[in-house]
Amino acid sequence: MTDGWSQTLLELIRRTSCDLPQDVTTTLQARLAAEAPGSRAQATLQTVLENAALARQRHAPLCQDTGALTFFWHLPYGTRTDHLEHAASQAVAEATRCGWLRRNTLEARTGQSFDTNVAVGAPVHHFEQADCPDVTVWLLQKGGGCENMSTQFSLPDETIPAGRDWPGVRACLLQAVWQSQGYGCAPGILGVCIGADRAEGYLVAKQQLLRPLTDQAPEPEVAALEARVLREANELGIGPMGLAGATTLLGVKIAVRPRVPASFFVTVAYMCWACRRRGVRAGAADGTVCEWVG
Amino acid sequence: MKTLTYPYTEAQVRALVLGEPVAVSGLVFTGRDRLHKFLHEGGASPVELRDGALYHCGPVVVPAADGTWRVVAAGPTTSVREEPYQAGIIARHGVRVVIGKGGMGAATREACQRHGCVYLQVVGGAAVSLADRIRRVRQVHFLETFGATEALWEFEVSGLPAVVAMDAHGHSLYEEVTAASRRELSRLLARQEAGGRW
Repeated sequence: MTDGWSQTLLELIRRTSCDLPQDVTTTLQARLAAEAPGSRAQATLQTVLENAALARQRHAPLCQDTGALTFFWHLPYGTRTDHLEHAASQAVAEATRCGWLRRNTLEARTGQSFDTNVAVGAPVHHFEQADCPDVTVWLLQKGGGCENMSTQFSLPDETIPAGRDWPGVRACLLQAVWQSQGYGCAPGILGVCIGADRAEGYLVAKQQLLRPLTDQAPEPEVAALEARVLREANELGIGPMGLAGATTLLGVKIAVRPRVPASFFVTVAYMCWACRRRGVRAGAADGTVCEWVG
Repeated sequence: MKTLTYPYTEAQVRALVLGEPVAVSGLVFTGRDRLHKFLHEGGASPVELRDGALYHCGPVVVPAADGTWRVVAAGPTTSVREEPYQAGIIARHGVRVVIGKGGMGAATREACQRHGCVYLQVVGGAAVSLADRIRRVRQVHFLETFGATEALWEFEVSGLPAVVAMDAHGHSLYEEVTAASRRELSRLLARQEAGGRW
């Protein structure tokens, strides 16, 4: 593994797997104060923060479910992608040997383990090209527990009930949080897509999880919905790991996409508190690191 | 804090109170989707599960040069996936302690009450802290057939911190929280000033 891109991506995996982003840590610390002193919720958040510190210090994966690896690439126009995919595969195999990734990739039918975590379709890559001098690549490691809680609503939905309007979308998001309880390792983060088709909805919802907890949607009404759902979800009382408390969500990140007249999807990507996302900006030719982001 | 020590007896388990913190010390077996399905279909357990603890966990383990294993990360996986199998395994194999996260359903709760078993929650994602409580890897079973993540690992743990989330008397914290949060959800959805707009 002498290739520059392999080395850069290996370090990206290590940081993603072992080092909880600062904005998530800061938010968890702030939520400690919101929980009753001596409560189970407070003890759980303390454990979560201690674990994050240990993982960072030891270069150990903070959660044993090191997730499905999804790379989001932003490339200068005309960049070839084959050597980048190859470098990523090398880095994933090496990170698995180092114990930064679990043997987490199975043949879907038989359950046989691909012990390097490399197979056709793993890891996943999404490429976008833009007018930029360098490559920026983001890695999202999302575990199975929270991925199982991701969901998609088709409005109107009388079971909630939710219509094709602002209150309807709000109702869907609160319903998604409620039905997740502690299964997805609350306190969670919601990535949301309003609109699009089913496949694009899940992709856009997942991409919202790359946004820092400190930002808000550019449209004022959408930002208002993000803030409101965050506040109200924390009134549900589900709490850290679903054993009651004032902290059920850490953030809500919503994007809006066009839809066809017949469809109105609300797609929710539920992320656990161990929100493993990191990025790096690097030279296109050899992967020389310009800047770590996230 | 109470300590549960191996072998876990019915008396130890019945004495636990819903919601209390507890530390587990002694032998713990990992088992998740593959193992539960295997046992459910009548497969023979390679270990004596009676009075034992079953931990829903797929650890990150790295082989050391001397042939031993180093456990890097070992937090819980979502337990409810084993709900179709768990009650039968408790009944047939005499498991005393189930450890996981997220909780389990009514069938497991009833099996805990009937057979004297308890469900403990450890903090999901706290994989490094929890791996620190594993003193030794005694053995591993099904490594080839199930793979390292799904294998049955024999861990010797010391002071594994947990909460009694489903007791041996038919109570579940999850049912309480789910019901209370359902009432809050209904209240929120019924708010008159709920209508924002685009």
